[in-house]
Amino acid sequence: MRRSATIALRTTGTVSTVLALALTVTACGGDAEPAGSGELSGKTVTVAGVWTGSEQKNFKKVLDVFSKKTGAKTVFVPSGDNVSTFVGSKIEGGNAPDVVLVPQVGVLQQFAKAGWLQPLSGKTTETATAGLAPVWKNYGTVDGTYYGLYFKAAHKSTVWYAPEALSQAGVNEPKSWDELLTAGRMLADSGRPAFAVAGEDGWTLTDWFENIYLSQAGPEKYDQLAQHKIKWTDESVVAALTTLAEVFKDKQLVAGGAQEALQTDFPGSVEKVFGPEPKAGMVYEGDFVGGVAKDEFGKKPGEDAKFFPFPAVGAGTPPVVSGGDAAVVLKDAKNGEAGMKLLEFLATPEAGEVWAGAGGFLSPNKNVKPEAYGDDTTRATAESLVAAGDSVRFDMSDQAPAAFGGTKGAGEWKLLQDFLRDPSNPRATAVALEAAAAKTYGN
Amino acid sequence: MSHTPKARAAADPRRRALRRRRLLGMLFVLPALLLLGALVVYPVVFSVGRSLFDASGDRFVGAANYMEMFQDPATLKAVRNSAIWVVVAPVLLTGLGLVLAVLTEKVRWATAFKLVLFLPMAVSFLAAGIIFRLAYEQNPDRGVLNAAIVGVHDAIDEPSPYPTARAREGKGLSGSPGEGYTTVEVRPGGDIVLPFVGVAPEAVPHRAAPAWTPEPSAGSLSGAVYLDFTPGAGGRQGQIDPKENGLPGVTVEVLRGGTVVASTRTGDNGSFRFDDLGDDAYTLRVPASNFAAGYTGVDWLGPALVTPAIIGAYLWVWTGFSMVLIGAGLAAIPRDALEAARVDGATEGQIFRKITVPLLAPVLTVVFVTLVINVMKVFDLVYIIAPGPVQEEANVLATRMWLVSFGGGNDQGLGSALSVLLLLLVVPAMIFNIRRFRKGGA
Repeated sequence: MRRSATIALRTTGTVSTVLALALTVTACGGDAEPAGSGELSGKTVTVAGVWTGSEQKNFKKVLDVFSKKTGAKTVFVPSGDNVSTFVGSKIEGGNAPDVVLVPQVGVLQQFAKAGWLQPLSGKTTETATAGLAPVWKNYGTVDGTYYGLYFKAAHKSTVWYAPEALSQAGVNEPKSWDELLTAGRMLADSGRPAFAVAGEDGWTLTDWFENIYLSQAGPEKYDQLAQHKIKWTDESVVAALTTLAEVFKDKQLVAGGAQEALQTDFPGSVEKVFGPEPKAGMVYEGDFVGGVAKDEFGKKPGEDAKFFPFPAVGAGTPPVVSGGDAAVVLKDAKNGEAGMKLLEFLATPEAGEVWAGAGGFLSPNKNVKPEAYGDDTTRATAESLVAAGDSVRFDMSDQAPAAFGGTKGAGEWKLLQDFLRDPSNPRATAVALEAAAAKTYGN
Repeated sequence: MSHTPKARAAADPRRRALRRRRLLGMLFVLPALLLLGALVVYPVVFSVGRSLFDASGDRFVGAANYMEMFQDPATLKAVRNSAIWVVVAPVLLTGLGLVLAVLTEKVRWATAFKLVLFLPMAVSFLAAGIIFRLAYEQNPDRGVLNAAIVGVHDAIDEPSPYPTARAREGKGLSGSPGEGYTTVEVRPGGDIVLPFVGVAPEAVPHRAAPAWTPEPSAGSLSGAVYLDFTPGAGGRQGQIDPKENGLPGVTVEVLRGGTVVASTRTGDNGSFRFDDLGDDAYTLRVPASNFAAGYTGVDWLGPALVTPAIIGAYLWVWTGFSMVLIGAGLAAIPRDALEAARVDGATEGQIFRKITVPLLAPVLTVVFVTLVINVMKVFDLVYIIAPGPVQEEANVLATRMWLVSFGGGNDQGLGSALSVLLLLLVVPAMIFNIRRFRKGGA
C-alpha cells in the first residue's frame, strides 16, 4: 500500500480522517492548467488519485509538463483514502475521471474484473516495456490484458539506522541475517536496543514477515502464498515465523520488549531512532522512513539517517519488497484518448525525472537517470529497486483481500501482533493465519 | 314521535365529524409515519433480509450468518464485552449519580459542582475518546494517568540504578537481571572483576571514573563492577580496558554458605572491597535490586484492562447526566417525609436507604434503562480508544458490526445478522421504557 501518504491516516486515526476529509473538500476545486497550443488543445484530462500535500503538488508538476507538451488541460481530483469507493460512485454518477492512480494491486484487479478499465494502447505498452522490468507489467496485467502502468514505486526493504549508534557500538552495516542479529546484540551491549518495532501498526509487522519470507522461501513460494495457492501452514511459513521470532522474542533486539513495541506506532518507531531521545538504533520500514526522519526530526537522509538493504536470510538473496501506484484509463472516461496520451507520457523516463527532481519519489523505470534524484539516499534506493529487476515482489498483504491483509485489529495484522506479544509458537500462529486466510480468500 | 328522526339526523353528522377528524388525524400522522417507515421500518426489514445472504449478497445462506456469529471467537468476544458493558456501566452510573446527587444537595457550591460534573456531557464522544486515548497511554511521558502512578511509585520506592544492565555472558557471573548474579566460590586475597553491559552512555552517572580494582590483600575480597564495553568496540570482553568506566552505586553482597555476611556499594570507579574476612569460601552476589526494571505504570490499554478503561471514560462523560436527572427527582421528594424521619431520630444513612432510595425508585429505573439502551449502542469511545492490537479485545457488538460490514471484510451479511442481534437485545429495554412512559402519561 502507499504507506507514505496513508501513514498519518492510520496512526492518528479519526482526527486525521476528519482533517483529510476537510482537505479533500477544499482541494476538490482542483486547478486547471491553462491550455496551450498542441495536439490536445481544448481537451481536459481529469486525473484522480489518493495523493495529497507535497505528493499532489509534485505530481501536478508532472501534469504541467504534459500540458505544455500537448496543450491539454489537466485537473487533479483527490480521491480520498478509499479509491475504489470513490471511482465506483463517480462511474455510477456518470462523472468518471479519465485517469485513476491505483495504489493497490487488489484494487486494480477489482477494477479490471468489473470491466471499468481500458487496455493500455500499443504505444504506451511499447514505452513501458522499454523501461519497466516485466514484473511491473505482470502486476499491471489482469487476465492477460495490460491495464495498469506503474508510475511510482515504493521500496520496502530498507533498514534505517542512526549512524552514531552503530559507530558507538562499533558495528558495520550487516550483510546477512545472522550479522544483523549479531550487530543488534552488539548495539544492545552498548546500551541502545537494536530495533524500534512499530507493533501498534499491524502493517509494519506484515512487512517484516514478507521480507523474511521472500528471501528465505524465494519468489515462487512468495507468489503462491500471495495468491493463497499454498497454505499458511506450509513449512516455509513456519520457518519464516521462526526466523522472525528470533528478533521478536529477544528483549535485547526489540526496544522496550514486545509490550512497549505493541504501543508504538510507525511515526513513534521512527522517533525512537531519530527523535531527540533515541531509544533504539535501527528501524525497519520502507524508503519513506527517510522522509519522516527528515520532516519530523530534521535528520538529513544519507548523513544522520542512513539505511542498508534488508539482508538476505539463510541461503536466499536479499529481498526487495515493493509497492506502487499504477495509472489506468477508465472506459467511461470522457477524454479517454487524451487520458491514454497522458499514460504514454507517464511511461517515459522524462515524466519520472520531473518528479524525481522534486523529491519523495521512486521510479520503477530503469531509464530514469540516477542524476535526476535530488539526494544520494533516494538515488541509492532507486538504484537498488531497479537493479532488483524481476525479483521485485509486491507487498503481500496489499495483494490479499483487505479483511486479511489490511484491517486494523483483524486478520494478518492482528495475528502478527499476537505473535509479537508471544512469539513462542510459530506453528500455532501459522495455523491461525491459515484459518483467517481461508475465510477471506474463500478457497 | 318526532323525537326519533331528529336524533338519527343528529347522529349522522356526529359520525361524519368523527370520521373527518380521524382522517385529519391520519393526514397529520402520515408524514411522521412515512419518515418512520423509510428511515426505521424499511432498514430493519432490509437488514433482516440481508442477514440471510452471504457477503456478496447474491447467495441465500439461511441462518448460516447467525450460526457463524456464535462460532466466531472475535464476535463472541464482542458479545461478552457488550454483556460486561450493559451490566457494569449503567449500574455504576446510576449508583454514582445517586451518591453525587445526594451529596451535592448538602454542599455549599452545589451549582458549581454540578456544572463541572455536567461539563463532559458537552464534549463529543470523539473528543472524549481522544482525550482518554492520551490519558491512558502507557508511556508516563505522554499518559497523564501513568505519569501520576509512576510518580507516586518512584517517590515511595526508589528506582534501581541500572535497569537495563545485564552481566557479560560467560565471564564469571551467572544468573539473570531478574534474580541477580552470583560468582563462583572465591577465597579472600584476590581481585574479582564483574563485567556488565547494556547501559547506555547517558545512563551512566557523571561521576563514573575509569574502572579500577583495589590492591588485593590477605583476608579481603576486592574488585570492580564495570561497564565492559568500549565505545566504538575494540575492547576485550571480560577484562578492564582503558576506556571502560566503573559503575558507581552498585550494591555488592558477599555470601558465606548462602547467607549474606557483608554488603557494600561500589565507588565512582566501580571498585568495592570487603575486609577482615577469614580464610573461607565466599560467593559474591550482585542482587536483582540493582537491575529491577523501572516501574512502567499500568497497562491501561492492554488486552486485560482495555474494556474497564473505556468504561471509565464512558463514566466520565455520563456521570453528569445521571446526577442531574436523579438530582431533579430528589428535589421532588416531599420534604416532610425526610423531616419526619429526622424528627424520629433516623440517621442520615437510614434516611438514604429507607426513604430517599425507595422514593427515587421510578427515576432511578428510568435513568438505568435509558443508560442500558445507550450503552448497547456505544461505538465511538471503543473505536477511538482501543489501539489496533487490542481492537478485538475491546470490541462491543456495535463496533464489531461496523468492522465486519465496512472495516475491510465487507461482509454485510454477517454485519446485518449482528445488527439484528443488537436490535433484539435493545427491544426489551425499549418496550419497558415505553410502558413506563405510558404509565407516566396516564
